[in-house]
Amino acid sequence: MKDINFKEVLLKPIFKGNPVTVLVLGICSSLAVTVQLKGALVMALSVIIVTGLSSFVVSIIRNSIPNRIRIIVQLVVVALMVILVDQILKAYSYSISKQLSVYVGLIITNCIVMGRIEAYALGNKPIPSLLDGLANGAGYGLILIALAFVREILGSGTLFGFRVIPQCFYDAGYMDNGLIILPPMALILLGLIVWIQRSIQKDLQEK
Amino acid sequence: MNTNGNTYTVIYSIVLVVLVAAILAFVAMSLQDKQNENVKIETITKVLNAATQIDESITIDENTNVLEMYSEKISEAFYVDGNGNMAGQMNMGKENVNDIQVPSTADLKKQNDILKKIDGAKDEASKASLMETLRLPVFIFDINGHSVTVIPCYGAGLWGPIWGYIALAEDGKTIDGAIFDHKGETPGLGSKIAEPAFYIDRFKGKSLGSGEPVFAIEKGKHEDNPNCVDAISGATITSKALGKGIDMWARYCRPYLEKAAATAASAVADTAAVTDTIPAAAGTEPINNMEE
Repeated sequence: MKDINFKEVLLKPIFKGNPVTVLVLGICSSLAVTVQLKGALVMALSVIIVTGLSSFVVSIIRNSIPNRIRIIVQLVVVALMVILVDQILKAYSYSISKQLSVYVGLIITNCIVMGRIEAYALGNKPIPSLLDGLANGAGYGLILIALAFVREILGSGTLFGFRVIPQCFYDAGYMDNGLIILPPMALILLGLIVWIQRSIQKDLQEK
Repeated sequence: MNTNGNTYTVIYSIVLVVLVAAILAFVAMSLQDKQNENVKIETITKVLNAATQIDESITIDENTNVLEMYSEKISEAFYVDGNGNMAGQMNMGKENVNDIQVPSTADLKKQNDILKKIDGAKDEASKASLMETLRLPVFIFDINGHSVTVIPCYGAGLWGPIWGYIALAEDGKTIDGAIFDHKGETPGLGSKIAEPAFYIDRFKGKSLGSGEPVFAIEKGKHEDNPNCVDAISGATITSKALGKGIDMWARYCRPYLEKAAATAASAVADTAAVTDTIPAAAGTEPINNMEE
């Protein structure tokens, strides 16, 4: 049995092996849900729960899954988790569930969930798989929140819906940047984050 | 064990799917009551919010008991058909707040489909029979002495349905308040229809017209036109669709609204006539109320 370095499992996806900036997975949803911080935060939490639990469940049944239909089996497990999260939110936290409604489908199709199940949960024990899933969800969430922070403050002048740019700025001619609300600007911001990370982490640079 | 055999694969997938379906069905059924309750409370909050916008001292937030407030402020809740006749009552929860009945978005969609059918109907006979099947919900509130009539609206936005409630003054035209919601309009653009900056600020001082269209939401035509509201930049389709939805529902609620306004006006005229005669009888100059 190989030894598992839990610290590495937990910390690598946050920065060194971040699923969004290094593996470039889950780009679609990180462009779509980062207009406002609140939506991004809820999305991040949901993805953390879904990646963690679905990796955990797939890892438990990994030895029984027929190889030819493994993608379908994984998809069923992921969909189950997403719908469970959605149903529970709808019953016990209705206002958050309203925020999330359109993004639920995006979690099911989020490449990070399937990517981690394929790459890790199928070959590892349940507990490390759970941690790997949670950490990857967190790595994704971190990028989401960073993007949403910049986009909400520059695009709407607010954070969590509260006005942070004082009125006197607007009186003096300052305007919210409408372009930053649109997805292309999020892609450019994401590119900037990737650039910064690669200039710090030399080993990621291609020759 | 051979996990790659055909029999194993088929049995495995059947068992997995049945198991997952059972879990989901169980969860959905055990949570359904609670979810429906949440949706109902949300609708009640929306209706109440639209009705109380004329009185700034009333605020509705997460701590408000909306069920109690609703049963206290409402004076009538019923359905009308396309000819303006009463066609059924809704429970107002005067005895028990848990009995309050409000239309769901599915109900609104059903009515909206009938409205579209009437708009597209060719002959008058089928139009008339459809008009009679309409059940448009109307709420009448008493907000500190003001009578406020709330009518719903519904339409197809860019990504999904959009709906809302419009509060009208006693004349059946002046907009006293409005609130909107959507299923999944673009966050930051179309989703702005559900923000007070849109539904309070832009609808202030507007009214339903008497021509066609009764109401519209369009860019740059709102300045001199009281029947038009400024559209949201970057959300033209959502804005236009909302304008169309309001226009259609207002058109079919108009027979009722006109009747109600006429009744209210004649009641006012009666009291005015009484005040007119009193100074005349006392031998002083009659005061013409109309000129004030």
